[in-house]
Amino acid sequence: MSVSVARLLRGLHTDGSPVDLREHRHLHGPLPGRLDGRSLLDAVEGSNLRGRGGGGFPTALKLRAVASGRGRTIVLANGVEGEPLSGKDRVLLRYVPHLVLDGVEVAAQAVGADRAIVAVSESAGELAVLQTALRERAGANRVEIRIAAVPEALVAGEETALVNAVGGGPPRPTATPPRPFERGVDGRPTLVQNVETLAQLALIARHGAAWFREVGTRDEPGTALVTLSGAVQLPGVYEVPLGTPLRELVAEAGGATQQPRALLIGGYFGTWLDAETALGCELSDASLGVAGAMLGARAVAVLPQGSCALAEVFRVSRFLADESAGQCGPCVHGLDAIAQAIASLAQGRSLDGDLRIRRWLEQVEGRGGCHHPDGAARFIHSALDVFGDEVALHSRSKRCGGRDLHLLPVQGSQERRAA
Amino acid sequence: MSSRLQVNPIACDGHGLCAELFPERVSLDDWGYPIVDDAPIPRPLEQHARRAIDACPVLALRLEQLARRD
Repeated sequence: MSVSVARLLRGLHTDGSPVDLREHRHLHGPLPGRLDGRSLLDAVEGSNLRGRGGGGFPTALKLRAVASGRGRTIVLANGVEGEPLSGKDRVLLRYVPHLVLDGVEVAAQAVGADRAIVAVSESAGELAVLQTALRERAGANRVEIRIAAVPEALVAGEETALVNAVGGGPPRPTATPPRPFERGVDGRPTLVQNVETLAQLALIARHGAAWFREVGTRDEPGTALVTLSGAVQLPGVYEVPLGTPLRELVAEAGGATQQPRALLIGGYFGTWLDAETALGCELSDASLGVAGAMLGARAVAVLPQGSCALAEVFRVSRFLADESAGQCGPCVHGLDAIAQAIASLAQGRSLDGDLRIRRWLEQVEGRGGCHHPDGAARFIHSALDVFGDEVALHSRSKRCGGRDLHLLPVQGSQERRAA
Repeated sequence: MSSRLQVNPIACDGHGLCAELFPERVSLDDWGYPIVDDAPIPRPLEQHARRAIDACPVLALRLEQLARRD
């Protein structure tokens, strides 16, 4: 039996073309004619919706914080999906752009914004789809919506970096406070919200909080978009209720292609869990938290038995070091040193096993202007814990006998730009 | 009213003067960047903290005032 529940992805075309405005209205019905800010906020609060960009912050709190800010507010939709393992935001923007744009209007109404910006990567194909969608809605929008293409970089999706980028600056984080809800685009209180969160808002505005909570768990209601990759038959983006057992999610993707060894939960800022632990978890922060992981970017990758994990971990560590915004010393020097040390470890040249790496991980954690070094440290730290046996093999005999499958993509932003 | 030292990691260039001037709360990591202990600073030590703040060539340090605990 399928565990998928099509709410956001309802009516998706199989040929990859976007759902146009007429069809969208037929599928979901029109947005309620009169949306007053206060009852919207109440509905969002009742839904217990949390941000879907990775942070998981309660959406109602964020909306209220922006709404109570001084001066005119702005909505900034975050469609910059820098996480290489995630494809969910791209799926929404390319295939159901009107649901995201409805969400932008709802969010604007909730915080009293008269302007909104939808930010996407400049190299991404969703730009043209969004422009067409905006033309279809011309005259019908309740707020002025513009599209901003920002340079492609992992860190560009960080909210202060995104505010900088849409303002014409480099996509680099700034020191906080102030956070964007206090002072963002043009110095105004800015609601930075992931595009999936906005799409969920579009449905909550139509159907209400009780409907939203019909699926999912009590504390983490609703559906979520999950990007599944690695050793599964049908990798891709799935919409399932929060709380779905990971074992069933993998089955939904046609099952594993080989016996799973470990799963990476939450993308490159996420956590490795051994397969038995991971497959025994549910897709919720409550369940994953017990195992020491969290949903994060809701990207899940399956690494099979017989593969060399250290090779994968080294490449991703190198990528994360290279994707540092280059502003904070511990991130710039620390992640680079750690990536080099992992290479030594994999080649059996480390004299102290992983001790030096663990010491450096402690020195980079919590020491950046943004959470880039923290996420990278979580990824590497959990890898050392889960793949300890392999670390020992590499130290003794320079290799582990596993195959390097190149399952985790590490196209850096430089290469992506050049491609 | 007590206070604690905070570093802006984006502004910091790792000159390291703070660790020399205020070793009670600042040590350096393996790359020479300050690891700041955010424990409250007792009044007698505040002068050291201010010396470190004033010596920072890029103005990356500041004292955060902590509300009194009742």
